[in-house]
Amino acid sequence: MKYLNLLLLLPFLGLLWMPLYDRHDPVLLGFPFFYWYQFAWVPVTSALIWIVWKKGRDA
Amino acid sequence: MKTIDPWALGVFIFFFATTIVIGSSIQWIRRLTRGHGKNANAQEEWGLGGREFGPWVTWFLVGGDFYTAYTVIAVPALVYAVGAYGFFALPYTIIVYPFIFVVMPKLWKIAHANGYSTSADIIRGRFNSRTLEIVVALTGLVAVMPYIALQLIGIRTVVQALGLPGDLPLIIAFISLAAYTWMGGLHAPALTAFIKDIMIYIAVLVAITVIPMHTGGYAALFASVTADHPQAVLQPGQGMPYATLALSSALAAFLYPHTLTGILASRSADTIRQNAVYLPVYTIVLGLIAMLGFMAHAAGITTTNNTLVVPLLFQAVFPSWFAGFCLASIAVGALVPAAVMAIGAANLVTSNLLPPQKNPVRASRITAFVVKVGALLCVLFLNAKFAIDLQLLGGVIILQTFPALILGLTPLRLSSPGMLAGWLVGSVFGLGLCWMDGLKPIHPVHFGLISGNVSTGLLSLVVNIVVVLVVSLLWPARSTSTAKPELFKEAA
Repeated sequence: MKYLNLLLLLPFLGLLWMPLYDRHDPVLLGFPFFYWYQFAWVPVTSALIWIVWKKGRDA
Repeated sequence: MKTIDPWALGVFIFFFATTIVIGSSIQWIRRLTRGHGKNANAQEEWGLGGREFGPWVTWFLVGGDFYTAYTVIAVPALVYAVGAYGFFALPYTIIVYPFIFVVMPKLWKIAHANGYSTSADIIRGRFNSRTLEIVVALTGLVAVMPYIALQLIGIRTVVQALGLPGDLPLIIAFISLAAYTWMGGLHAPALTAFIKDIMIYIAVLVAITVIPMHTGGYAALFASVTADHPQAVLQPGQGMPYATLALSSALAAFLYPHTLTGILASRSADTIRQNAVYLPVYTIVLGLIAMLGFMAHAAGITTTNNTLVVPLLFQAVFPSWFAGFCLASIAVGALVPAAVMAIGAANLVTSNLLPPQKNPVRASRITAFVVKVGALLCVLFLNAKFAIDLQLLGGVIILQTFPALILGLTPLRLSSPGMLAGWLVGSVFGLGLCWMDGLKPIHPVHFGLISGNVSTGLLSLVVNIVVVLVVSLLWPARSTSTAKPELFKEAA
């Protein structure tokens, strides 16, 4: 369960390490990478929290 | 002076007035539907909604007071002015949720078991120090006041955009807010938060589909931004401040009295965990709202007053009745958080600063009113720029309560002298840096591998924590907490 909590660090790494996404390409549906990458982290973060919540309770 | 559009004004008044009437009469409606008698703890009822808000109400309430009307105006205004850099609100409102998920259920359990209603209550229980309690309560009070002022400014901005002159808009904003909170307590914003959200969702969803159709789609939108302004991605040197501002904002967000009030009013710890999963939906909306800043460029809006970007955009693109609806959604969107802020501040004053009251609800009502008068005076006698600067400083000082509230949950043997010393040094250091930098939220740092502009709030928090650790080593904690100790153990 404790190891599962480490999943919650992923959004911090993915969003605070700027060289990962501070770029224009590839463009998706007109959105530069910088924008759709950050938008994409919203459902991913929700899913990660959900996993930790549900699985953590079972353990 | 602008002419007043009757359609826009009529629609605006209808929605704004309906919300206020519903919010003000909620206690009365509840008494009708539930019968008399359930008035065991009137203070907890007024100030925390009886701690009975389930997942849905909590979702609307926390979402409603975390994503304020000021956000709807300020984030696009920032994006309009500086481009991609203004998007730091997006990572901020994402990484805040893992933090909420881990920390807030623990705070809720402690507060629930001991009947605490504020951060300062929790800290008094943990450190058994009246001084620390007062310091934390005052910090919360000072930090939230300019925040309320910004909500009043938000209402004034949209009412002015409708063409009403002078101080009339501000007086309308103030009276409506006061009536609404006095009568309804926390139930008023909890109930009307859903009206606010539905209105804002409609306004934003229509805006982000209709406006790009006018301007040739999102590809054209970004192309035009890239052509005119080089800020469609971050400029060199903006990465570090972008990331550190996002982090410090996320750490500060739920230390404020209003956000914590929303959390503590929920029914169970699991309600909070569930909301950490579903609240990010608002973040998507926030990101789309931020896009309005780019759309304003594409739609050819030019203004030197950035706070007017969104109202001007709505009025330029939409028919007048729908523009009136959108402006009403912003005004209602200011009312909900402003009410929760005033209630959170009142909770701090009545439970942590004043001696015990015979009639705590009356004391809370009066305090909430006084707090709002304070915010009104901020708006009347200081200009909007100053309110924004004050809010920035509020963000720096509220972050100085992080060690006492959050690190207090860990098993580290931290002492109240350590916390007081850390708070003092962190506050002086942070405010001093802000002052020297001309009220900017970032400060240039060259330290080892780190070189660039770093959020001043984050810097002062690091200094604060170092002082807390050092002083706690020198003067370790003696007494145990007065709160049910097993709960602090479990939380740790």
